[in-house]
Amino acid sequence: MIALGQFLEVLIGGLMSGVLYSLVALGFVLIFKASGVFNYAQGAMVLLAGLALVRALDLLIAQGFPFWAAIVLGIGFAAAIMATTAWLIERLVIGPLVNQDALTLFMSTIGVTFVLEGAAEMIFGSDVYPLRLFPTDAWFVFEGLFPGGILINKLDVWGALIAGILVAGLALFFQHTKTGRALRAVADDHLAAHSVGIPISWIWFVVWLVAGLVALVAATVWGTKLGVQFSITFLALKALPVLIIGGLTSIPGAIAGGLIVGAGEKIAEVFLGPSIGGGIEYWFAYVLALAVLLVRPQGLFGERIIERI
Amino acid sequence: MLYRETSQFKTTYAEDMAIFPIRQDRIALGVLLGIAFIGLPLLATFHIWPFGGDYLLWAILLPFLILALAAIGTNILVGYCGQISLGSGAFMAIGAYSAYKLATGVHIPLAWLGFAISIPPLPILASILLGGLAAAGVGILFGIPSLRIKGLYLAVATLAAQFFFDWVFLRVPWFTNYAPSGSVNAPELNFFGVVVQTPIERYLLCLTFVTVTAILAKNLVRGNLGRQWMAIRDMDIAAELIGIRPLYAKLTAFAVSSFIVGVAGALWAFVYLGSWEPLAFSLDRSLDLLFMVIIGGLGSIMGSFVGAAFILIVPIMLNLIPTELGVPLSTETITHLQLIIFGSLICYLLIKEPRGFARLISIGKEKLRLWPFPY
Amino acid sequence: MRAPDTNEVLLQVEGVALAFGGVRALRDVSFNIRKGEIRAIIGPNGAGKTSMLNVINGFYHPDHGAITFKGRTRARMQPFEAARGGIARTFQNVALFKGMSALDNIMAGRTLKVRRGLLWQMLRYGPALAEEVEHRHRVEEIIDFLEIEAIRKVPVARLPYGLQKRVELGRALAMEPDLLLLDEPMAGMNLEEKEDMSRFIIDVNNHYGTTIALIEHDMAVVMDLSHRVAVLDHGVKIADGTPDEVKRNQAVIDAYLGVAH
Repeated sequence: MIALGQFLEVLIGGLMSGVLYSLVALGFVLIFKASGVFNYAQGAMVLLAGLALVRALDLLIAQGFPFWAAIVLGIGFAAAIMATTAWLIERLVIGPLVNQDALTLFMSTIGVTFVLEGAAEMIFGSDVYPLRLFPTDAWFVFEGLFPGGILINKLDVWGALIAGILVAGLALFFQHTKTGRALRAVADDHLAAHSVGIPISWIWFVVWLVAGLVALVAATVWGTKLGVQFSITFLALKALPVLIIGGLTSIPGAIAGGLIVGAGEKIAEVFLGPSIGGGIEYWFAYVLALAVLLVRPQGLFGERIIERI
Repeated sequence: MLYRETSQFKTTYAEDMAIFPIRQDRIALGVLLGIAFIGLPLLATFHIWPFGGDYLLWAILLPFLILALAAIGTNILVGYCGQISLGSGAFMAIGAYSAYKLATGVHIPLAWLGFAISIPPLPILASILLGGLAAAGVGILFGIPSLRIKGLYLAVATLAAQFFFDWVFLRVPWFTNYAPSGSVNAPELNFFGVVVQTPIERYLLCLTFVTVTAILAKNLVRGNLGRQWMAIRDMDIAAELIGIRPLYAKLTAFAVSSFIVGVAGALWAFVYLGSWEPLAFSLDRSLDLLFMVIIGGLGSIMGSFVGAAFILIVPIMLNLIPTELGVPLSTETITHLQLIIFGSLICYLLIKEPRGFARLISIGKEKLRLWPFPY
Repeated sequence: MRAPDTNEVLLQVEGVALAFGGVRALRDVSFNIRKGEIRAIIGPNGAGKTSMLNVINGFYHPDHGAITFKGRTRARMQPFEAARGGIARTFQNVALFKGMSALDNIMAGRTLKVRRGLLWQMLRYGPALAEEVEHRHRVEEIIDFLEIEAIRKVPVARLPYGLQKRVELGRALAMEPDLLLLDEPMAGMNLEEKEDMSRFIIDVNNHYGTTIALIEHDMAVVMDLSHRVAVLDHGVKIADGTPDEVKRNQAVIDAYLGVAH
């Protein structure tokens, strides 16, 4: 009999790390909705943002800046890097490839991934850099209910909080700003949007910029948890199955998908892992996505597609 | 004036349908095969430049041939049938580990049924080919989702294959015959009594595999099945309305592609690496293969060779040229530069010439035919 | 035009209805196509003409009603089954295989006639090669017929629109169909191209005896080409008969000829 307390602890831990997948998945959804590009490079963008931030922080603190000033400047620097990246990607890759089929665009983002990874590591270095933005100790709750209580990482709570703020902010941005509305128009039909005078390349720049900033947010949380390092890109890759499960075009889907994957893989690892050799986390998300694809190809929250000829 | 097809009239459709309808191309290919099968081994046997040591054979030609083989397989699926795959590395692994198990004898104890399945060690050639078949079987299994899902979704399905089989070969000790380190040693390469050992022998073995496969693959892609694959790639709905069954077309593409990739995996493990770990077939390998296909040319058998050569040569050049110039780069810098170069090249080619270097070559040939009067 | 000799019904559409969400694309449509005739389906934009063709060749499944083709009734089938039954099709927006040459596109139309399997094709020797050559002969006949000899090896993406339409017709003919569905075969063509295409359509009908159902906007063309015309409006059949009868029909004049255009 598995203790309820242990199960709850694993479930909560899983849901919390699921929030992190959701954070990256959000970036994917934004770009996919607005430009139909399935952006393999989102993980590389998290790495780039994280490296830019942590290296700038190290440098500024070494120069004697106070911690808060270093953080403000560091985030500003990383945001500027992401803006430049977004501009370059739109200019050099996505712009020229407009109207190409989805597969070509996807492969081009694999190309972008390689360039970003190579450039990020060449410029900012390729070690593991610890990032300390959020507290990393833990709370123990319900100590009266369960023996030893349930462990909750403060960082996970921070991550959930930030994700919540981010989603709310994005929702406001989409609903209440001119750019946000234009963005939704482009997402519906970019040719029609173009013909009513919405500047497509500006919109796509904004989308990639927002995705870049979402990547930066994800990088702050993940960097604190694991240190900023190359393997972050592999974790970020899990946003792909998360999206498939949630549905490619749905922001709530991205969140729900992240939670399902996060909780599912932790529970599978803890309760199933020992009997089949462990390390299930490595593939669980992908195989779950495959199963969802077979049953419901548009994902749990996606819209059904009608084909036309 | 050399590259002219004047007076080469084709009087039958069979002649018009030959692989190389132009005589000069046939001669060039003959010369190339002559050099590959006879010239190079002779040079290498007598250690004539550039074959002073075995470096060229071991470090360049052997991996080139095997990767070109894997690229042909990947190209059939991605380039001809338009089904993206990020899991070619996994299918190489399936080929390698299946061949290994078959060559060392399979023993599956079924204690609860009171007996065990035992297959004695098979000859090496049979093991390699059956390894390819095993990969083909798994390929069909992972191809089934492609009937319901398209394009990008398939990318994730193939990623699932990649990560799942990475894990299987790492964590299921049965596949590695319970080797404590997880590393596996290739069995003796005994082909009907001939033991393949020296680099030249290994090179000739792989060359034979590659040549035969390339010819058979070329036959397939220019026959009806190849047209079915390309039809599915270009417009699947129209393909279905002219009587192409997506089930058959896609699954044959998955099967043929996985078979070739699986055989390449077995060769990579047995002939090139000798001893290996699951890491040899990681996601990086899959992406490398995808890049070879894009750079060389989607939907081109020749392009697969060009792409494989390019992916192999760039890192060597990045090492060699700065060293010659007196500014040697660190291994890390080379890796990073390599990523940047491949990545930018992929983007550039996708924008400018989606059919890769192979297309550039055929444009060049087209110009040469008309040279010096382009009209 | 001379009507076909036989009154044998090749295809019977019976009470077909089709809806996408709230949009009712087809409502209780019935008509038949006789063997050997050229049958036109006309109607204003959004009348449900293309949906009708899609239902006939199995791309859409009707919500109600049935299709009887060559004496066999069915409610659902897959597109490739329709193709196997002998229904070929061209598209409103050319649906060629862009990466392939004109020749390969038409050769692809022979798929259903290919007998040798994967292993034979891989060897491409003896019987497999002989079969390939035989198909090439048939395809070359079609190429001659459509007068596209000069462009057979050109990738179709590089061809002008009019020629693409012709290649697409060639691909459909390569299937040797019993029923050929043409979705606006002359859309976007100039007068000369239209005349060529009309000639090909009549020749196909005369020469191969192929039954043809076509959708077309150009009224003059429809009236000249077809033996019988069915008129759809908002998913409902409002008239059916010879071109002359349809021309005089008041409902048609209101819905289509007079008001909409």
